[in-house]
Amino acid sequence: MKFDRNAVSTTTAGLAVALVVVIVAAGAYIALSGSTTAKVTTTTNTVTSTNTVTSVSTPTQLQSSSLDGAGSSFVYPLMAAWITQYFSVHTNVQINYQSVGSGAGISDLEAHTVDYAASDAPLQTADQAKAPHALTIPDAIGSVTVAYNLPHIGTGLNLTGAVLAQIFAGNITKWNDPAIVNLQTNATLKATLPNQQIIVVHRSDSSGTSFTFTGFLTQDSAAWAKEIGQAKAPAWPTGYGSNGNSGVAGFVQGTHYTMGYVELAYALTSTPKLTLVAVQNPAGMYVLPTQATSTAAATALPTLPAGNANWASINLLNQPGANTYPIVTFTYIFVYQELNVNTAQTSGKSAAGATALVQFLWWVVTTGQQQSTTLGYVPLPQNVVTLDEQTIQSITYNGQSLPTT
Amino acid sequence: MRLSRFRGDDAFKLVAAALAASVLVILLLMGYTLLRSSVPVLERFGLYFFTGTKWNSAAGHEIYGALPYMLGTLVTSAIALIIGVPISLGIAIFLSEMSPRRIRIPISNLVELLAAVPSVIYGLWGFFVFRFFLADYIEAPLSAYLGWIPVFSGPVLGVDVLAAGCILSIMIIPTVSSVSREVISAVPNSVREGAYSIGATRWEVTRNWVLSYARSGLFGAVILGLGRAVGETIAVSMVIGNAVGPQALPTSLLKPGQTMSSLILNLFFEATPGTYEFSAILGVGLFLMILAFSINILARLMVTRVLKVKGGAVE
Amino acid sequence: MDRYTVRRLKDRLFTLLGAACVVIAVIPLGSILLEVIVKGAPALSWAFLTTSSLPSPTSPGGIGPAIQGTLVMVGLTSLFGIPIGVMSGIYLAEYGNNRYADAMRLFSDVLTEFPSIIAGITIYLVFVLVFGYSPLAGALALSFILIPIVSRTTEESIKLVPNSIREGSSALGIRKWRATVSIVLRAARSGLITGSLLAVARVAGETAPLLFTAFGDTYYLHSLNGPAGSLTMYIFTDWKQPYSGYQQAAWGAALVLILIVLAINIAVRLASWERRMGRR
Repeated sequence: MKFDRNAVSTTTAGLAVALVVVIVAAGAYIALSGSTTAKVTTTTNTVTSTNTVTSVSTPTQLQSSSLDGAGSSFVYPLMAAWITQYFSVHTNVQINYQSVGSGAGISDLEAHTVDYAASDAPLQTADQAKAPHALTIPDAIGSVTVAYNLPHIGTGLNLTGAVLAQIFAGNITKWNDPAIVNLQTNATLKATLPNQQIIVVHRSDSSGTSFTFTGFLTQDSAAWAKEIGQAKAPAWPTGYGSNGNSGVAGFVQGTHYTMGYVELAYALTSTPKLTLVAVQNPAGMYVLPTQATSTAAATALPTLPAGNANWASINLLNQPGANTYPIVTFTYIFVYQELNVNTAQTSGKSAAGATALVQFLWWVVTTGQQQSTTLGYVPLPQNVVTLDEQTIQSITYNGQSLPTT
Repeated sequence: MRLSRFRGDDAFKLVAAALAASVLVILLLMGYTLLRSSVPVLERFGLYFFTGTKWNSAAGHEIYGALPYMLGTLVTSAIALIIGVPISLGIAIFLSEMSPRRIRIPISNLVELLAAVPSVIYGLWGFFVFRFFLADYIEAPLSAYLGWIPVFSGPVLGVDVLAAGCILSIMIIPTVSSVSREVISAVPNSVREGAYSIGATRWEVTRNWVLSYARSGLFGAVILGLGRAVGETIAVSMVIGNAVGPQALPTSLLKPGQTMSSLILNLFFEATPGTYEFSAILGVGLFLMILAFSINILARLMVTRVLKVKGGAVE
Repeated sequence: MDRYTVRRLKDRLFTLLGAACVVIAVIPLGSILLEVIVKGAPALSWAFLTTSSLPSPTSPGGIGPAIQGTLVMVGLTSLFGIPIGVMSGIYLAEYGNNRYADAMRLFSDVLTEFPSIIAGITIYLVFVLVFGYSPLAGALALSFILIPIVSRTTEESIKLVPNSIREGSSALGIRKWRATVSIVLRAARSGLITGSLLAVARVAGETAPLLFTAFGDTYYLHSLNGPAGSLTMYIFTDWKQPYSGYQQAAWGAALVLILIVLAINIAVRLASWERRMGRR
C-alpha cells in the first residue's frame, strides 16, 4: 500500500480542529465572563472628584474587584482561611495570595506588583526607603516550632536555644550527641536517641520565619550572633534548603533524621502531624509550642509604634512567663498609605479596588481574628486591634479616606 | 524590475525574512536585558563574582560569589552525560544498526515520548519515587563501601547532586539518542556495504566503520545533550537540595547542591529590582545564557556539518 | 571456540546491550506514567476539574483555573506564535539559501533547547515591570520557545514538498508567493500541523517562564490583566505541601497535564507514521 506522504490523516485533522476549538472556547470564556467585572472606570473617578465627599459612596460594593497579595508562607494557612471565608460573604471580591516568602512579598510591594504584602519580618530601614509610606499592620501572632523526624520517637525532645544554634551551625552533628542527650528528662528518650547524622532543613527562599528563628538563635547564642546573625536569608552553614514553610514541613515529614523550623499551623495540620521540640524559655522551662503557650507570649507586649512608624526592632522572642513558648512573632501586612500609587502595575487599583482592600483588611483584624485559634495562631489582643483600626482608617485613595465596612 | 509585477513577491519575501529574524530579536532581547541588569553587580564585585563562594544579601554584609552554582551546573551536567550518553548511544546504535527493522519505529517513538514529559512531572516523580530508589539501591551501598572518599560522603537522602544528575540523564536521553540516530543514518550505505562484503558482523561494521565515520556528529549530539542539561531548571530544583553559599560547592555527590538555574528560581522573587541582589541573580542568568548559547551553537554547528538536509528546493 | 563464534557472540552481546539500553530508558517512562496514574486518579472528579477552590489539608480543591490558564496562555501564544513561526519557516525553506538564513536557522535550533527560565526573566524585566503579571506576558514568554520550534518544523515540512510542484505552478504563471501560500503550504500541511502541535505540547509543559510572568492564580480569569494560573505552576507550588489534600491535588493536576501532552504527542506520532514509511 502506498502512502501519500502529504495527505493529512484523520487523526491530525481531528487534532487540529480540537486545538482550534479549545482556543476559541477559552477566548469566548474570557470574553463572556469579562462583562461582569468592572476594572478602572473613569466614571467612578469623576464622581469622586466632583462630589468632594470624604468617602466613596456605597454602590461601589456591587462592583467586583480582585486583589493580589504575596509573601509569608508562615501566615498562608490562616490567610487562605481568611480569603475563603471572606469570599463566601463578599463574592464580588477575589483575593489572590501567593505564598512566595516574606522577602519576595516585600520585594513585590516595592515593585508595586501586588496590593499588599504579608511578612513575619518587619520592614528594615532599606525596605522602608524603597517602600515609602508603607503601613505596618500586624494581623496575627504565631509561633515557630522546631520539627524533627525520628523513627519511633515521639514529640517533646528538649532543646535549648544555644544547642539549637550549634545544631543549625553544623557544630553538633549527631542525634545522640551528649549535649542533646543531657538535656533530656525522659529516660527512654535519652536511651533511644540514634547514632545518626542530624539532617538540618532550612529555608531556601527569603523568609520571615527564618528571620524570627535566627533572631531567637541570635538572642540565645553569642556565637550565632557573631557568625551568622539574624536575617531573612541567612548564610546557613549546613543543611538542605526547601521552599516555603510547606517545603520544610514536607521535607521533614518525608525524610528520617531531619530537623527543621516551621510555623505551628503546618506542624499541626500535616498528615501525619510533625513531632516538635520543647524549647527552653527564659524561665528555664522546656515548653512545647501550642496555641496556649503562644498566647502566653502575647500577654506582656512591648510598646508598639504607630502603623506608619518603624517596627524594625519589635519582636516577641523570649517573652517572660513559665509557660511561654520563646519563639513567637507577629505577622504583618504591609500596604501603602496612599493607594493610588503607581497604578500601572497593580491590578485594578481603582477606588473600588482600594475600598475592597481596606474593607478586607478591616475584616481581617476584627472578624477574621475568630479564625486564628482553630489553626493554631493567636488572635490579636484588643490593644493591637485598636492600633490596627487606626492604621487602616488612615489609608487613603487620592487623599480621601475609605469606608471600612 | 517593474514594481507592479514583482511587488507581491518582494513584499512577501521581505515580510517572511523579517519574521525569520524573530529568533534573532528574541536572542538579542534576552542578551541585552540580562547584560544591562548585570552591570551593577559585575562592576562592584568584579572577578569575585566568578571565583567567590559566599552569597549574602543582608544589608551591610552584601557579597555575591557565583562559583558554587557554576560548578553545580557543570557537575550535574557531567553526571548527566556520564550516565546518559552511553545509554543514548546504545539506543541509537541498536535502533539504527542492530535491531530488526519492524520494531524500530515503535521503539524510537517510545523513547522520544520521554521528551514529551513536562519537566515539573520529572521533578515530582524524582522527589516522590525515584528518590527512594536512588537512596536505597545506589546511595546506600555507595556510602557504605565508598563513603570514606570525600566525593561519596554525605547523608543518604536521594535529594542531592547525584539525584539531579540522574534525573537530567533521563531527560537528555531522547535528545542525544535521536540526534545520534540521525547522524548514524547519515553515514553512507556504501561504507556499510563495503564492510559487510568482507564478512564483518553487524557489530563490527558498526564499531569499526560506522561509528568512526559518524564520530564528529556523535560528538555534536553529546554536546547537544550537554546544552539540554545545562538549561534544565524545574526538575533539578526539586531534587537538588537547594544549598546556598560555600556549602553549595559540589564537593560530594551526596550533598545538597545548587545549579545556576535553580538558584535563579529560588532567589528571584525575593530580590527587588534595582538592588545588588537582583543584579547578582541576573548576572548568574547572564552567565547561564552565555554558557547555554555557546554550547548549543557548537553542538549545532557540529551536527549540521555531518547531516545534509535532504529534500526539495531552496531558491 | 573458534574466532568466528567469538565474533558472532560479541555481535549478539552488543545487540542485547543495545536492547538493554532501550529498556533502561523506557523504565522511567513507565514508572512516571504508573505513578502519575496511581497517585493522581483518586483526585479526579468533575468538581476537581471545574471548580476553583483552594486545596485544603484534606481535600484536593479544584484545578479549573489552572486548566483555563494553561489553555488560554497556550492559545494566545499559538495565536501569534504559529503564524510568525510558519512565515519564518517559509522563508528558510523557500528563500533560505544564503548566509542570513543559515544564521537564523542556527539561532532557531539554539533556541529550541535554551533554558526557558531566561525567557521568563526577560519578559519579567521588559513587560511585567511595566504592565504587571498577566497571561499575555506568559504567552509572550512561551512564544520564545514556540516560534523556533514551529519555524524549523515548518521549514523541514516545506522542504519535503517535491520541486515538481513548484515547477508546475511556475509553469502555470502563478507568482511565487502565491504558489508558496496556496500550493506548497497546502502540500506540506500535515507536517505543519504536526510540528505546531508538538510545539504546543512542549509549551503546555513549561513552568519556569510562566512563574515569572503569569505568577499563578487561584481564580478563573476574567480578563487578560492580572495573574494567571497554569497546570504546571499549580503542580510546582503544591507538590511540597505536607498535606495529603495538596499532594493529591498536585498529582491530579500532573495526571491531567500528562494526559493532554501525551495525547498530543502520541496522536502526532501516529499521524506521521505514514510519512515515515517512506524513509529508511
